Amino acid sequence: MAIPSTLITLLLGMVLVLVGLWVGQNVQLLPLDASSNAPVYDSLFQVLFSIGTILFLGIVGLVLFSLVRFRRRPGDLADGVAIEGNLPLEIVWTAIPAIVVLFVGIYSYDIYERMGGMVSLNDHSAMHHSAVVMQASDSSGPTSPGSDTASSEPRVWAGIGSSGNTEGTLPVEVTAMQFAFIFHYPDGDITSGELHVPINQPVELRMKANDVIHAFWVPQFRLKQDVIPGQPTVLSFTATRAGNYPIICAELCGPYHGGMRSTVVVHEQEAFNQWFEKNAPAKPIPATVANVSLNPTA
Amino acid sequence: MTVASPTDFEPQGLQPQGWLKYFSFSLDHKVIGLQYLVTGFIFYFIGGALAGVIRTELASPISDFVSRETYNEVLTLHGTVMIFLWIVPVVNGAFGNYLIPFYVGARDMAFPRLNAVAFWLIPPAGILLIASYFVAGGAAQSGWTAYPPLSLSTPAIGQVIWILSVLLLGGSSIFGGINFIATILKLRRPGLKLMQLPMYCWAMLGTSILVVLSTPVLAGTLILLSFDIIAHTGFFNPALGGNVVVYQHLFWFYSHPAVYIMVLPAFGLVSEILPIHARKPLFGYTTMVYSILAIVVLGLIVWAHHMFTSGTPPWMRLFFTIATSFIAVPTGIKFFNWLATLWGGKLALNSAMLFSCGFIINFVFGGITGVALAQVPFDIHVHDTYFVVAHFHYIVYGGTVFVIFASVYHWYPKFTGRMLNEDLGRLHFLLTFIGFNLCFTPQHWLGLNGMPRRVAEYDPSFTTLNQVSSVGALLMAISTLPFLINVIWSAYAGEIAGDNPWNALTPEWLTASPPPVENWLGEAPLVTHPYDYGIPEGKIDLRVASGADLWFGGKR
Amino acid sequence: MTSLAPGSPNPAGAAVSAQPTSQAHGTSAHAADDHGGHVDARLFGLATFLVADGMTFAGFFAAYLTFRAVNPLPADSSYELELILPTINTALLVISSFTFHRAGSNLRSGNQSACRSWLLGTVALGVAFLAGQMVEYFNLPFGLTDNLFASTFYALTGFHGLHVTLGVICILIVWWQARQGGRISQHDHFGLEAAELYWHFVDGIWVVLYGILYLL
Repeated sequence: MAIPSTLITLLLGMVLVLVGLWVGQNVQLLPLDASSNAPVYDSLFQVLFSIGTILFLGIVGLVLFSLVRFRRRPGDLADGVAIEGNLPLEIVWTAIPAIVVLFVGIYSYDIYERMGGMVSLNDHSAMHHSAVVMQASDSSGPTSPGSDTASSEPRVWAGIGSSGNTEGTLPVEVTAMQFAFIFHYPDGDITSGELHVPINQPVELRMKANDVIHAFWVPQFRLKQDVIPGQPTVLSFTATRAGNYPIICAELCGPYHGGMRSTVVVHEQEAFNQWFEKNAPAKPIPATVANVSLNPTA
Repeated sequence: MTVASPTDFEPQGLQPQGWLKYFSFSLDHKVIGLQYLVTGFIFYFIGGALAGVIRTELASPISDFVSRETYNEVLTLHGTVMIFLWIVPVVNGAFGNYLIPFYVGARDMAFPRLNAVAFWLIPPAGILLIASYFVAGGAAQSGWTAYPPLSLSTPAIGQVIWILSVLLLGGSSIFGGINFIATILKLRRPGLKLMQLPMYCWAMLGTSILVVLSTPVLAGTLILLSFDIIAHTGFFNPALGGNVVVYQHLFWFYSHPAVYIMVLPAFGLVSEILPIHARKPLFGYTTMVYSILAIVVLGLIVWAHHMFTSGTPPWMRLFFTIATSFIAVPTGIKFFNWLATLWGGKLALNSAMLFSCGFIINFVFGGITGVALAQVPFDIHVHDTYFVVAHFHYIVYGGTVFVIFASVYHWYPKFTGRMLNEDLGRLHFLLTFIGFNLCFTPQHWLGLNGMPRRVAEYDPSFTTLNQVSSVGALLMAISTLPFLINVIWSAYAGEIAGDNPWNALTPEWLTASPPPVENWLGEAPLVTHPYDYGIPEGKIDLRVASGADLWFGGKR
Repeated sequence: MTSLAPGSPNPAGAAVSAQPTSQAHGTSAHAADDHGGHVDARLFGLATFLVADGMTFAGFFAAYLTFRAVNPLPADSSYELELILPTINTALLVISSFTFHRAGSNLRSGNQSACRSWLLGTVALGVAFLAGQMVEYFNLPFGLTDNLFASTFYALTGFHGLHVTLGVICILIVWWQARQGGRISQHDHFGLEAAELYWHFVDGIWVVLYGILYLL
């Protein structure tokens, strides 16, 4: 079979590509974007959506066309044409998907890096910790997993780190349990059932689970990270749009899994400071949040 | 374990004859194949009823239809039943057992007794699993993935029964896999080369390799999990110093290949069905074979893409993204080859063809969302949401189950000697196709917009689309009625099919319908060109050129 | 027939009788008697099963190595084990592979009584291995649920011990069947070959296990 190379085919192909691009640009399937990560994600989504639309419409079109055009007419008992293969054609349709897939893979890696996915999670404690592990396997100085007294912070096993400087980052400790998230602000010693964050300031969630695996998901942030018992994880984000967004547990955690929800409230900086001051129990008024987060320990 | 020899099976007076043989420890691969098929369909209806419970619960945003515990039991049973008792036994056990001996020109499988044992492990395992619903504490509640520590803290009896049942089914699957590998590689008729085998043999060879390599890992993992539950060891219990993520790695080392165990045989079956009803050779036989092998190899090294939001380090996420994406290449080759098989053919628009084309459309859609899901950043947002539920059902229902139906329409004449009613078949297709897409397409949007999977209650703003989805599920349930009526009615009153109603060239059609014990009265035919349909291009004398022409006695 | 396929109707009785197969192209007659067509695939099947079994062990090994790499043990425990007894045990198993091999070659050369003696020798080595394993179990400073390493240790060695036990039973059955007039003889020795393949597999697994669990 020769590759159909008529003008019509070419035009159809161009129309298909244009339709795909239009769909990717104009069909909005995603919720509101409320974090600095969301627009990055959305551009990846657009690319995938366009490629997917082109492929899907193309293949469905081919199937439907074949079903109509090549249907067997009543009384026609002949066979089709005996074509068993076409090497150039097969090379083409091996190479094109391979290139597309490679492109998508590299592009999504780039996106992932921009999201902070490739940031080393144990910058300060990684070296130290591996030493501890080695020691443990050496049996000369065994340590217990929980205490980990030698290193200042427990090992972070996974997650999305904040890129580069941690200056100005608001740390929040998240504890997930059946069936609630508890948020603790070490800087102000505030404990809350809702997550309050200021707009345009990086937030780092340090997450641990008490019982079973949970997952912290904010659809408007396009971010999710499992909260794993015994393996602390982190999730960094910067909210960019004030408002209330749902926090959803995305990992089956028991009967009330569907009810394990909370809210993240993204405040303007002013409002956040007010909230923070109002809730910080018996503490000298922190002048600004930036000051607070510079304060190394809590 | 004995070799298939004519005197070994059906010793007169010992094995029941007639319909009773389907309830016996029969060694005939055709009987075992149909045993698998019918048992599979029974569990399909049970699993479907469980899906009905889920969709009824989700018709309203609050948990009102069943209790939350029951809901989790139902979703666990639904997943387990559909995967381990319906799809895997049917696409592997049923069609594999029925067709593979024909395709290699053998009288039976390599190990008929092992074969019967493998089948007879399934009903007790299935009954055990369903029965666990009625024990104290109820059935397992931790999903078909049984992630610890949840599976360690939910009622223990149900979880242990679940493990036991899955171990039995895994054993059955491994025995079946060994049997298929031995049959395909060792029992080929003399003169039949590997590259002359029908595509389904290659698909089953690849599948069986995956079964043999990955199922034992799941078995070992579940044994460790049961230790954690019964003996209070701490392999996967963080409270005792264990590591829950190790379970996920081991589990997905099986359960991702399990997806290929479910779809590769379907690929094979479609490759058998399309050429016959398109009256054309299978396009690109060689590349089809190599893409199956590539899928097998890649399928073994992509498991951690199920764990992108879990405790996986960044480099691992990157590696598994790339590896997973590349599965799209061999899979794509297969789809383009099928399209090329259709192109220029004489397509009979019967139920088998329609279901096969439905499969192509659904699977392409599921494949596209699959490539998207392979991308870490994309997956991080939609992981464990209804987007994944929709993707998965597009692969296993829109893909494999559509092929199962296509195969039933295609091989029913061989099984019974009677044709199925085509009008009912087309109605069945229409209802299934519309119902399926109505049910699962909206779920993509739900997942993207914030509905996690495995929930009994959800944001009320999602109500409308969930109700649309539930209507689709209802339509799918209704669609089984014309199928059931057709299958039962045609068994008694269907048009007599004759030996070869489709004028096919593959060996199972070159014998009576239904075939005699030992498949052929005379010796097995040597089919070296199973897809030799079609009028050769540019050949003036049509009679001398094609094998098909000679097969039809030059009477064309 | 709504779905009549093209082409002429089926050649009469094409598939039910043997003759048409030789007329039809693409289907030609072959060797006169393929009836039953049985190639002995039993050893091949067993080998495939052992691959599967080996994957179970591979899963356990992978789990153990991961645990060891990332999960620190509690303060009062370590990965250290006594080496003397397991090393003797390893030697016993490796020797038993040779004795089994001797048994096989004796059977094939027709010396059935020597074969049976070698088999008994293999059984003795296997039982000695199991006894050694028991002694080790009773002298270990930790129990099954003490810590992650203890649990993995017992799971791995126990699973392997189960295989050895099964192997010893199989060898005893083979020993019984290899008696004069028994099922296994110079010309029919599948049972012995199967048991031998299995035994070598179990030995091989032990060597890997020994390396990973004791030496690493």
